[in-house]
Amino acid sequence: MKAAVLVFPGSNCDRDLKRAFEQVGFSVDMVWHKDTNLPDGVDLVGVPGGFSYGDYLRCGAIAAQSPISGALKSHAARGGYVFGVCNGFQILTETQLLPGALLQNMSTRYICKPVGLRVENTDSAFTSAYAQGAVITVPIAHHEGNYQADPETLARLNGEGRVAFRYVENPNGAVEDIAGILSENRRILGMMPHPERAAEPLHGGTDGAALFAGLAQALVAA
Amino acid sequence: MRATVTVMLKQGVLDPQGEAVRHALGALGFEGVSGVRQGKVIELDLADGTTEGQIREMCEKLLANTVIESYLIAIS
Repeated sequence: MKAAVLVFPGSNCDRDLKRAFEQVGFSVDMVWHKDTNLPDGVDLVGVPGGFSYGDYLRCGAIAAQSPISGALKSHAARGGYVFGVCNGFQILTETQLLPGALLQNMSTRYICKPVGLRVENTDSAFTSAYAQGAVITVPIAHHEGNYQADPETLARLNGEGRVAFRYVENPNGAVEDIAGILSENRRILGMMPHPERAAEPLHGGTDGAALFAGLAQALVAA
Repeated sequence: MRATVTVMLKQGVLDPQGEAVRHALGALGFEGVSGVRQGKVIELDLADGTTEGQIREMCEKLLANTVIESYLIAIS
């Protein structure tokens, strides 16, 4: 099982994500944003949190145009798995691999705290190790986590069971409490909360670990 | 030549920053400010002969996220 974690100038959760992937058995390559290719045979690409390109223009906008972005899109088009966390989620919406956009938090403040998430759909490699409706605690750390999409997109996401996680108590104004969404083929997940920061006892919580375990299980079976 | 691109959140997309500014104006005693929207102005210094179509492409590909933002191009 091979994973790659993309590294942009300003990424700061890249090594956390690498470690979370490694803990469940992936061999992980770090891939610099100026590269134009992913290593051969990569099953999963992680797009980490942080402040890629200093959040200039819009969060994720410049990263979405960086050289590695083309390889990311081809990987997704081949049906490869992609996992975007926080700034990674913002990058996935800017590349249009996921619909909608992430706006500034309603409070205009940066929020860093553990939040409750409800697992809305277990029909994906990312969520299969959770029980439907389970409430887990995972930290958020963002200023632009307010997910918005037009009514047609929301209807599709809901109708196709593509909302993976919702906030139990909405911290940022996200429409319909949405915290994470899946792509049409269910192989791309973008979420604002950080499961890689709740994956080992030392983190103070391990509710995020099942996400990585589920991914590993799905890819071993494949 | 120079082009000025104004990028604004689309109507209907809530602008928390604009709302905060509106509240602050009210707190300063300015009455009757019923709405504030905040956006960005991007000035582009361009080679002569750059077409509006090319600038539009720049807006669509990078300068604006058309999911949530609208843009206006002024060429001088």
